[in-house]
Amino acid sequence: MTLNRRRFLGAAAAAASLSAPMVRAMSKPRVVVVGGGAGGATAARYIAKDSKGAIDVTLIEPTRKYYTCFFSNLYLGGFKQMEDIGHSYGGLAAGGVNVVHDWAIGVDRDAKTVSLAGGAALSYDKLILSPGIDFVDGAVAGWDVTSQNAMPHAYKAGSQSELLKAQLQAMPEGGVFAMVAPPNPYRCPPGPYERVSMVAHFLKQNNPTAKIIVADPKPKFSKMGLFQEGWANHYEGMVDWIGEEFGGGNVSVDPAAMTVTIDGEETKVDVCNVIPAMKAGRIAELAGVTDGNWAPVNAADMSAKADGDIHVLGDASQQGDMPKSGFSANSQAKVCANAVRGALTGSKVFPAKFSNTCWSLIAPNDGVKVGATYEATPEKIAKIDGFISKTGESADVRKATYIESEGWYTGITTDMMG
Amino acid sequence: MQGWGKLLGAAAAVWMTTTLSGAAYAQNADVKSGAEVFTKCKGCHQVGNGAQHRIGPHLNGLFGRQAASYDDFSYSKSFRRAGAGGLEWHADTLDAFLENPRSLASRTRMSFRGLKKAQDRANLIAYLRQFSDDPADIPEADPTAQGSDHNVAQAILTLKGDPEYGQYLSGECTTCHLADGTDNGIPSIVLWPQDDFVVAMHAYKSKKRIHPVMQMIAGRLGDEEIAGLAAYFATLEE
Repeated sequence: MTLNRRRFLGAAAAAASLSAPMVRAMSKPRVVVVGGGAGGATAARYIAKDSKGAIDVTLIEPTRKYYTCFFSNLYLGGFKQMEDIGHSYGGLAAGGVNVVHDWAIGVDRDAKTVSLAGGAALSYDKLILSPGIDFVDGAVAGWDVTSQNAMPHAYKAGSQSELLKAQLQAMPEGGVFAMVAPPNPYRCPPGPYERVSMVAHFLKQNNPTAKIIVADPKPKFSKMGLFQEGWANHYEGMVDWIGEEFGGGNVSVDPAAMTVTIDGEETKVDVCNVIPAMKAGRIAELAGVTDGNWAPVNAADMSAKADGDIHVLGDASQQGDMPKSGFSANSQAKVCANAVRGALTGSKVFPAKFSNTCWSLIAPNDGVKVGATYEATPEKIAKIDGFISKTGESADVRKATYIESEGWYTGITTDMMG
Repeated sequence: MQGWGKLLGAAAAVWMTTTLSGAAYAQNADVKSGAEVFTKCKGCHQVGNGAQHRIGPHLNGLFGRQAASYDDFSYSKSFRRAGAGGLEWHADTLDAFLENPRSLASRTRMSFRGLKKAQDRANLIAYLRQFSDDPADIPEADPTAQGSDHNVAQAILTLKGDPEYGQYLSGECTTCHLADGTDNGIPSIVLWPQDDFVVAMHAYKSKKRIHPVMQMIAGRLGDEEIAGLAAYFATLEE
């Protein structure tokens, strides 16, 4: 289908013989959104809501229920149930978004169509890709997707989170929990370390002589001072973090033998959480908008540098200073939605404003946060101002921060899903 | 009972680093005049020997104390949140609060319009200062401090906001605040009187309110943007 929309519209107005449904279907600009996470769901919902039916919005998302990666560590720690972090797409459908549960497997940028695993091809005027992350092949020696049952990544929430929790619960007394942490850039910078905290909390209650080893290719990590203070206060002697200078980046695993070799030293472990290096979700690469592992975008509207009619949101995008987080994706989605709506309906386009805050839980009622505001420059999304929780804060402040994170969770999931 | 000695040290340290920056505290305050000003407060607050909680909490030992920190007094949610966030009573915070109570706690139950004259506030603060222990541990500036202006200029309050722009900007708010006005750990911001909204946002912008996320968000909003948000949220239905 290569009809030019404007030309077709002109013809349709004159041709009374055309059937009415056909005219209506073709007269509306079409937006296809691939990926129903914090970026895609928000963009779909905002475009549908704010265009009041003037734009046809279709969301392609393979899963029936979205389990948020954010707060999935709290599930591991026992602070949340799995159903607390699962969200259906019914709210989006009721809000006017056509939700299609299928895999997008290809993009034809000339024909402007997206092909689905189920066989359909959807045409678009603007395509929004928010596919999240995939893992870089061969990133951790000895590990691939066939190993993920023995050594879960649990970095896309759902069955993997449940698997990791089951393995944690089954650990023998005094056993070893190993984590292979990812190199930068990756989804949710404080995520691995919040996970260490939540695993430590679980073990402290249930298996207090167990140990945690973290092999990390990085010399430092997000909220490092806050986490290390928290580990010393709450889980003294339990966490052994092996950073870059001690060979934390020189790692291989053997999923059959359940061993981890760090800088030449092999250790038998009981649970091994492998979080490999990441790249943009595969569809971004298939669409030809990636350069290396990520999809470079223009900061003003999140459009791909490779194609102005394709926008890339969230983890998959390479935008500048924002961390890869659900909050960032949600923030970018609103800027993108405003720009897409403006391009398709002529609505007013306001200047891009971005923000992010990441809360992490270290122990019960010990919450910390880091956040920043950002603006669009011609080169990138650039940081303006930021803050971070301080070490040594009072218990009241930390508790208030945790309560606030609960409020944020309700807020963002409502903002995404309606 | 308030663990005062310990608190004072910390409070004094916080005080030295975070307050008084650039403000002029020139005039002397008069305790006697402050006692007269306090007659406006007496209906709800007691202070001095044997003071007890009434409609409002008693005001003994106020200086250096965390806001909303008496377990046996029922505070508004706004105040509990401000206290948990780290609001402490010192001359400068009291000065801001007394000038416009809602600048620090939007939904405070203290139905008092505020003291517009800086001298009245300084006098009252000096009067109240007498009922806090251990003056030696508190910088001399505390009881005699004289504040600057905490109210939002009339021109800003009367600025007519563009609700369409406000709607776009509100996307930044609704990542945390629920658009339907329910409160689940983060306060509701819908259907506020526009003036209250504007005053609160400017109090964050000028860092009189201490919440770091809100200081950051409000910090980069211009007057017209704040007006736009106020206009939009004031008219939200549901």
